Amino acid sequence: MIYLDNNASTPSDPEVREAMAAAVELYGNPSSVHSAGRRARRAIEEAREEVALLVGARPEEIFFTSGGTESNALAIFGTAAGKCGRVVTSAVEHPSVREPVAALVAAGSDAVDVAPIRGGGMDPGSVVEAAGPGTVLVSVMAANNEYGGLYPIAEIARGLGDHGIPLHTDAVQAAGRVPIDVGAWGVDLLSLSAHKIHGPKGAGALYVRRGIPLQPHTPGGGQERKIRGGTENTSGIVGFGVAARLARERLPREPGEIVRRRDRLERGVLETIPGTTAVGAAAPRLPNTSAILFDDLSGEALLFRLDLEGIAVSVGSACSSGTLAPSPAILALGFPREKAKGVVRFSLSRLTTDEEIDRVLEVLPRLVAEARAARSRGSVHASAPG
Amino acid sequence: MRVAVAMSGGVDSSVAALLLKEAGHEVVGLSMQLWDHSSDSGRTGRCCTLDDLSDARRVAWTLDIPHYVVNLEDEFKDDVVRPFVASYLAGETPIPCLACNSKVKFATLWDRARAMGCDAVATGHYARVETDPASGRPVLMKGIDPDKDQSYFLYDLTAEQLAAARFPVGALTKVEVRAHARRANLATAEKEESQEICFVPAGTRPGEFVEASAPALGLPLPTVPGVVENARGERLGEHDGHFRFTVGQRRGLGVSAPERLYVISIDPAANRVVVGSAAEIDSREAEVTDLSFPSGERPIHAFRADVRVRHRAAEVPATVAPRADGTARVVFDRPVRAVAPGQSCVFYRGDVVLGGGVLRRFP
Repeated sequence: MIYLDNNASTPSDPEVREAMAAAVELYGNPSSVHSAGRRARRAIEEAREEVALLVGARPEEIFFTSGGTESNALAIFGTAAGKCGRVVTSAVEHPSVREPVAALVAAGSDAVDVAPIRGGGMDPGSVVEAAGPGTVLVSVMAANNEYGGLYPIAEIARGLGDHGIPLHTDAVQAAGRVPIDVGAWGVDLLSLSAHKIHGPKGAGALYVRRGIPLQPHTPGGGQERKIRGGTENTSGIVGFGVAARLARERLPREPGEIVRRRDRLERGVLETIPGTTAVGAAAPRLPNTSAILFDDLSGEALLFRLDLEGIAVSVGSACSSGTLAPSPAILALGFPREKAKGVVRFSLSRLTTDEEIDRVLEVLPRLVAEARAARSRGSVHASAPG
Repeated sequence: MRVAVAMSGGVDSSVAALLLKEAGHEVVGLSMQLWDHSSDSGRTGRCCTLDDLSDARRVAWTLDIPHYVVNLEDEFKDDVVRPFVASYLAGETPIPCLACNSKVKFATLWDRARAMGCDAVATGHYARVETDPASGRPVLMKGIDPDKDQSYFLYDLTAEQLAAARFPVGALTKVEVRAHARRANLATAEKEESQEICFVPAGTRPGEFVEASAPALGLPLPTVPGVVENARGERLGEHDGHFRFTVGQRRGLGVSAPERLYVISIDPAANRVVVGSAAEIDSREAEVTDLSFPSGERPIHAFRADVRVRHRAAEVPATVAPRADGTARVVFDRPVRAVAPGQSCVFYRGDVVLGGGVLRRFP
C-alpha cells in the first residue's frame, strides 16, 4: 500500500515499537513507592523530558493525556470553563477544539471564529482584533490538518501582548514537521499527539506554561500534578518519548526531502490533470501536505477508487460513521460546498518514497479521467424523466 | 466484474453481496449515509443509522470485501426529502422510495460506483431484471416471493439504469434469503425488517415530519385551521393541516357522522379536506403523469394491463391510454378503492413490469 494519509495517522517507528514492547514489562504503578513503581515512573519522566525538548518546554510544563483531543479539551475547559467570557478561535479548527468551544457557548460564553484569508494564510491582526475585552481564551491551531496551512502563532502572541489572555495552539499537525519553540512562539498552552509523529495512539500531551492556572478535568488519584487523574499509560508514554526524540533529531534535515516529494507530486498532478488546483499552496504550509481540488469530481469517489488501487488518501474529515462531509476548513477558505467535495488530501511522511510518488502520478490521471467520465454520464441520469 | 452493492445493513442487501461474491465477482460494499438521525429518539426500523452502518460493515468483514460509506445527505435531501414534503403540501401522498431508487441509488450512487470502476450496482430489492432476447432491452420483473415483491418501487428506472442494476435476491424467497445469511454466518441474518419511511423518526406521523421540516426546506405551510367538507360542499368541521391526511383515511378526521367517513380528496388550494362515504372513495378511472417504461419503449396506443395503485394492492385489470405528453388515462375494469394522488399506478403483464406513472387528482 502507498500510504499518503499521514495527517490522519503515521506508522509507528520501529524504535518506538521496540521501546514500547520493553515498557510493557514496566508493570508497576508509576505512583507506587516500590522499585517496580519507580522503574515505571523513571521511564515516564524520561519521556516527559523528550517531549519537553521537542517543543522547547520544561518537563514540568508537560502533562500527559490520551491524545490531541483530550489535550485540546483540557486546554479549553481548563482555562475558560465557568468564565462565560469570549473565546476566539480560527474557523478551521479541528472538531476537538470546535466542540469544546461550542459547549462553552452553550454554557453562556461567546465565541468568535476568525476565518483564514482566501489564499490560506491567517491574518494575526484579525485574531488579535477579535480578542477584545472579556476574552478568556484564544485558541488557534499551529498547522491545519486539511490543507496544511501554517498560522502565525508567534505574531498572534505578540499582538495579544501582556493582557493575560491565555493563548492555546493545537500543534498536533505541526509537531515533528516544523520546529516548535513555545518560548519563541509565546504560547501558554500547546497540544501534541504521539501518533502523528510516528508514535503510538492513545498518548498525547498538553504543554502548560508555568504559572498558567488550569482547572483539572479528570479528578482522581492526583496524577499529572493533579491535573489529569488516572494511572499513566506507561508504554504509550514511553513510545511518545521515543517518537519525540526521533522527531527532534530528524527535524533539521528531513522536511526538505518531504517537501521535495510533496512538490513533485503536486506539480505532477497540476501539470498532467486538467481542472486541478492546489489549495492554500501560496500561503505558508506544512512540508508534507497537499490538498488538491479536482473540478467536476467527487473526492469521495476518487478516494474509494484509489483505495481499491492500494493508495491511501483522505477527503474532508472522517466522522464516527466513516462517512465524509465536505471539509469545514476548505469551506472556510471560501470554496463553495460543491467544489469542496472535490478536494483530496495527500499527506506524506518521512517514509514516503520517490517510487511511490511516481506510481501515484502514473495512475492518477487515468482514475480521475474515468471518475469524471462516470460523473458526466451520471448527470444525464439525474435529469432523465421519471 | 467489479460490482458495487448498496448495503443498507439489512439482511437482503447482505445476501445480495454474499451471492455476488460467491458468483466470483469483485464486490465493493457501499453504504449510503442519507440522513442525520442524531436527533431521532427511536432507532429501530430505520435505515442508515449508525447501527445499520456498523451491521453493513460487519457483513463486509465477514465477506472480506471493501466497504465504504458514501455521504449522499445533500442529494437525498434535494431529490427525496424535499419532494416528499412538497408533495404532501400539494395534497398528495408521495412514495419517497421511488425517488430514492431512481434518483439516488441508481443515479448518484451508481455514478460513484462507476467512478470507482464498477460495472454494475446491486441492491437487495425483490425484483428481477432479464433481457428481452429479441430487442436486447432490459425487462423488469416481479420478485419471485409474492409477499416481498418490490417491483412497485422500481418501475421508474430507465432502461439504462436497469442495464446496470443487479437484484441478486429477486429470484429468492425471504425464507431462502435468511437461510443464505445463516449459512454464511452474516450478522444480519435475524435482523428485523425496516418498513417505515426511513427518514421519518419512529413514532412520528408523516404529517408531523412535514410540519417540522417544511420551514427549513423553505416550503410554506398552509394556514390552519382548514375546513373539512363533504362532496356537496357542506362544512363538517375543521382540520389542523391538510397534509396530515391521505385519501382513504378513516380515522382521526375529527368529524362525527352517522355513517363511516373517509377522506375522498384533498384540495390544498382551498385548504380543504373532503370526506365521504365508502362508496365515494371508489374510482373507475385515474389520471397519471410522469409515465415511465423500464424497457425504454413508450407505447403510443392504449394497452391492457393489470395495475396496482399502491404497494401490495391487489392488481386490477385496466386499459391504459397514454398520451404523447407523458400522461395517461387509466380506466379500471372494476372500481378501485382509495386512489391516492402522489402514489403510483404500476402496469403489469404477468410478472413483467410494463411501466407506471404517478397518480394525480382529476382536474
